[in-house]
Amino acid sequence: MISTEGRGLVLDEKLLFEQSQPGRVGYSLPTLDVPAVTPEKQLLRDDIKGFPELSEVDVVRHYTRLSTWNYGVDSGFYPLGSCTMKYNPKVNEAAARLPGFAEIHPQTPEALNQGALELMYNLQRDLGEVSGFPAITLQPAAGAQGEFVGMLTIRAWHEAKGQKRHKVIIPDTAHGTNPASAALCGYEVITVASEGVLSKAAVAELMDDDVAALMVTNPNTLGLFESDIREICDLVHERGGLVYSDGANLNALMGISRPGDIGIDVMHFNLHKTFSTPHGGGGPGAGPVGVVEKLEPFLPKPVVIKENDAYKLDYDRPESIGRVKSFYGHFGVLVRAYSYILSMGGNGLKRATEMAVLNANYIRARLEDEYDLPYKQRSLHEVVFSEAALANNCHTLDVAKRLIDYGYHPPTIYFPLVVHGALMIEPTETESKQMIDEFCDALLAIAEEAKKQPEKLKMAPVRAKVKRLDEATAARKPKLIWEKD
Amino acid sequence: MRYLPHTDVEVQQMLDCIGVSSMEDLFSGIPENCRLQKPLDLPAALSESEVMSQLKVLAEQNSKISDWDAFLGGGAYNHFIPTVVDHLVSRSEFYTAYTPYQPEISQGTLQAIFEFQTMICQLTGMDVANASMYDGASACAEAVLLTVRAGKKRRKVLLSEALNPQYRETVATYCRYLDVELVDIPFQNGVTDQSALAACLDDQVASVVVGYPNYFGQVEDIAAIAEMAQNAGARLVTAVSEPLALALFKAPGEMGADVVVGEGQSFGIPVSYGGPGIGFFAVKKKDMRVLPGRLVGETVDLEGRRGFVLTLATREQHIRREKATSNICSNQGMCTLMVGIYLALHGKQGLRQLAEINYAKAAYAKAQIGRLEGYDIAFSGEGFNEFVVICPEPVADLKRRLEQDGILAGIALGRDFPSLERGLLVCVTEQNSREQIDRLVSALAGGEV
Amino acid sequence: MDFPEELKYTEEHEWVLVEEDVVTIGITDFAQEQLGDVVFVELPDVGDHFDTGKSFGVVESVKAVSDVYAPVSGEIVEVNEDLPDEPEVLNNSPYEDGWMVKLKLTDTAELNELMDAAAYQEFVEKD
Repeated sequence: MISTEGRGLVLDEKLLFEQSQPGRVGYSLPTLDVPAVTPEKQLLRDDIKGFPELSEVDVVRHYTRLSTWNYGVDSGFYPLGSCTMKYNPKVNEAAARLPGFAEIHPQTPEALNQGALELMYNLQRDLGEVSGFPAITLQPAAGAQGEFVGMLTIRAWHEAKGQKRHKVIIPDTAHGTNPASAALCGYEVITVASEGVLSKAAVAELMDDDVAALMVTNPNTLGLFESDIREICDLVHERGGLVYSDGANLNALMGISRPGDIGIDVMHFNLHKTFSTPHGGGGPGAGPVGVVEKLEPFLPKPVVIKENDAYKLDYDRPESIGRVKSFYGHFGVLVRAYSYILSMGGNGLKRATEMAVLNANYIRARLEDEYDLPYKQRSLHEVVFSEAALANNCHTLDVAKRLIDYGYHPPTIYFPLVVHGALMIEPTETESKQMIDEFCDALLAIAEEAKKQPEKLKMAPVRAKVKRLDEATAARKPKLIWEKD
Repeated sequence: MRYLPHTDVEVQQMLDCIGVSSMEDLFSGIPENCRLQKPLDLPAALSESEVMSQLKVLAEQNSKISDWDAFLGGGAYNHFIPTVVDHLVSRSEFYTAYTPYQPEISQGTLQAIFEFQTMICQLTGMDVANASMYDGASACAEAVLLTVRAGKKRRKVLLSEALNPQYRETVATYCRYLDVELVDIPFQNGVTDQSALAACLDDQVASVVVGYPNYFGQVEDIAAIAEMAQNAGARLVTAVSEPLALALFKAPGEMGADVVVGEGQSFGIPVSYGGPGIGFFAVKKKDMRVLPGRLVGETVDLEGRRGFVLTLATREQHIRREKATSNICSNQGMCTLMVGIYLALHGKQGLRQLAEINYAKAAYAKAQIGRLEGYDIAFSGEGFNEFVVICPEPVADLKRRLEQDGILAGIALGRDFPSLERGLLVCVTEQNSREQIDRLVSALAGGEV
Repeated sequence: MDFPEELKYTEEHEWVLVEEDVVTIGITDFAQEQLGDVVFVELPDVGDHFDTGKSFGVVESVKAVSDVYAPVSGEIVEVNEDLPDEPEVLNNSPYEDGWMVKLKLTDTAELNELMDAAAYQEFVEKD
């Protein structure tokens, strides 16, 4: 039965600074066992003004309450398109917390950390197998940083051949990080329009000897496989360019298709999407990058290699683009991804892709009579509806907010920009048929409400911790820290 | 497989509803020549117990810092993490949530970030801090980009050679294909050489970047350098890889820094072989709208309740695209939470006390080592919990010798700093007992441990 | 939706009020509606020079950012100093209090390229 009933305790909680009591402590420090000395007086700071003073109980209650205001994958369905909000396995969490992983200082000699290096080496190999790329770097901290690294290697490759190219072609459906990453490499962005998928002709028209690369997402942000991708890669290569693929949607391809086999030269992975590492409320993720053989010398250093039977960090890479962060990458995240791959195996990863695609197509079938589907090609792991069919001037935003009242996290909204009022739904493979049926029932009920009681959508959400927030004032008169009145 | 709930019956029902006869039909949009024709060559799936066994085998082949007398710093710091931190961040409402784009159901994450932003500003003496960057090194690089963007036509950036070498390398990579000229400023007695700096400051300089403490653990004269930079129309960026120092020493914001960046790993994040950590990034009000990364702001809802939202989003990539202040999309989510909890637990008093303990232990170690025949403390002047020792023998040999005694003595500086070929960077924190320090001193002296 | 008769318009949704060789420029009612609540406005300095079609300012709303383009070439002689403190004025009064800059023309012939109210209304409504 569809209902908006069923809410737990929603306790309020002030800011840390508002509960602070001078003299309260939440720490325990050992007594000093060496002579007490302090620096010269004029170098010392005053008290940290406004810093909280709380007991351990205060802190535990504070964050426990804060957590109850959040909705995570463990709370329920989280169908954010292009985010792949799949279940975060708990064994991965236990693995990352093993003291033999969590307590390694990065400045300890390689010879003493063969286990960690072997894990990284194996992960490089496994990611290479899934994607079809012979060389992998695990250094980038996130997808966006992976994109940056990918574009840097592209530019480095061109420059090593004495070529100065200035442009990068990017589809209008691309994630904003794509043009931003290209701009960071000094490239000018040329946008190519797509009609659902990219056409050879459209790319050919823009491709010339001044184009360094084409950036694609495959499947694209509409959830559609770029059917002309092989020919498009060929035509870009013929004119001396390279093809970068944003690997955010890799969950649609595992065991089905490998970007490295079909002409892609560089691709980043999002371990926090495809490989089940948690999104953490905004991070940390990890954005490894895979490249074809000819781009391998340009990868960031160090890279994990195996020499005889020992694992090493290889810094001897004269053509490397350098480093994009300290040390070796988000090791804690890499452990989780590796644990996931061990748990799934090759067949399991393929099955995950199949079930993800099945779930998305099932949602499409259940909703396409009621919600407008702008692109009719076969969907893969996500489906994009528009707001065109909503009654009474209701918008996608209203549907999203009303879904909250029904107990779901809304899908991605207003992306990609080419669809008016886009509603992008990616269920992932870890959702059951029941959960998906209930979600579809809720969306259908909301479509009905739009026809008969549109104010329910407009005023939503009514059952969350807060109602709709005034984002305009937040941007006009930004209040970004707490200050004592 | 326990993460894949579909039964065969359900799969068939779903295929029927979709109107296809098999799974294969769902992939009909993929051309045959794009299809992988063989299974993935990966080991077969393991059960949960097998996964843990295999990973434990790998975990046991590494050097847990608690198994050693470890005196390692250099951008990652060994501090005690109270049990409460992991306990709270293990709540899955925190770690299985996404970026708080739907604020009504993310008030937990948003308020925690707002508190984090506030505490960073309080510590650094700045006006605005973002929701974090990936790490100190990339935050430093982004700070350089900000100053160049804000510096109108100025394209030169002066980098102290006493900065963490990995930060300098990262800045160089970020600026590799941009119209930015990076100039090195040498150090003198372990701190940025102010006369060399003065000689390089001209009207082309967008910013000066200095560590605080710097890579050698030394405290730089931020007030003086800020004045020099600003008189030349440039900004001062201070990079803080050990922010515990800010609980003891004057805040860079109070001394005139324009941008303060750094690494927050010291505050409750495990060393974890170098990642994930967390970068912090703080500016003065004047640079608020060019600040990269996510920002959480306070506002009210339709009924006047206080709430928090992501704000000033138009700086970011999903709106500005190629004109964004940065390409950064995520922040370090869970890590901001760990830092917030750690700082809340220690509070004003605890953090100060902890910093004093670190300082005192390092001072003790410095004094004992300084007394040893053949050893010199490289730099006079104040430092925090790291210092450079000049050794009488090649550092690699010394380190190997001490490893036999279960001691990780420090970081060899010769590779990154040719003028410090016999230099060893030693870090002492509250995790090093007096006995450990005495053992280190004894081992350095060549005696019995 | 308002399309004041006395103004001229561009396809990028700027309006122009012509007073001899000085023009006043702002964004149209249609533009402010598309943007939503304006939160920030970036204006040029007096004395800056712009060619036709070049961006002279930026208008930001909560969810979008828009460049504002010079409809004709010239030099900025006055800037609406009140606007940055009260960006919402662009929503409430786009044609009056929401004026952005005054620009001294370099070539009056360029005015002929602009649309009149009827043409602009047709342009906006056909989409």
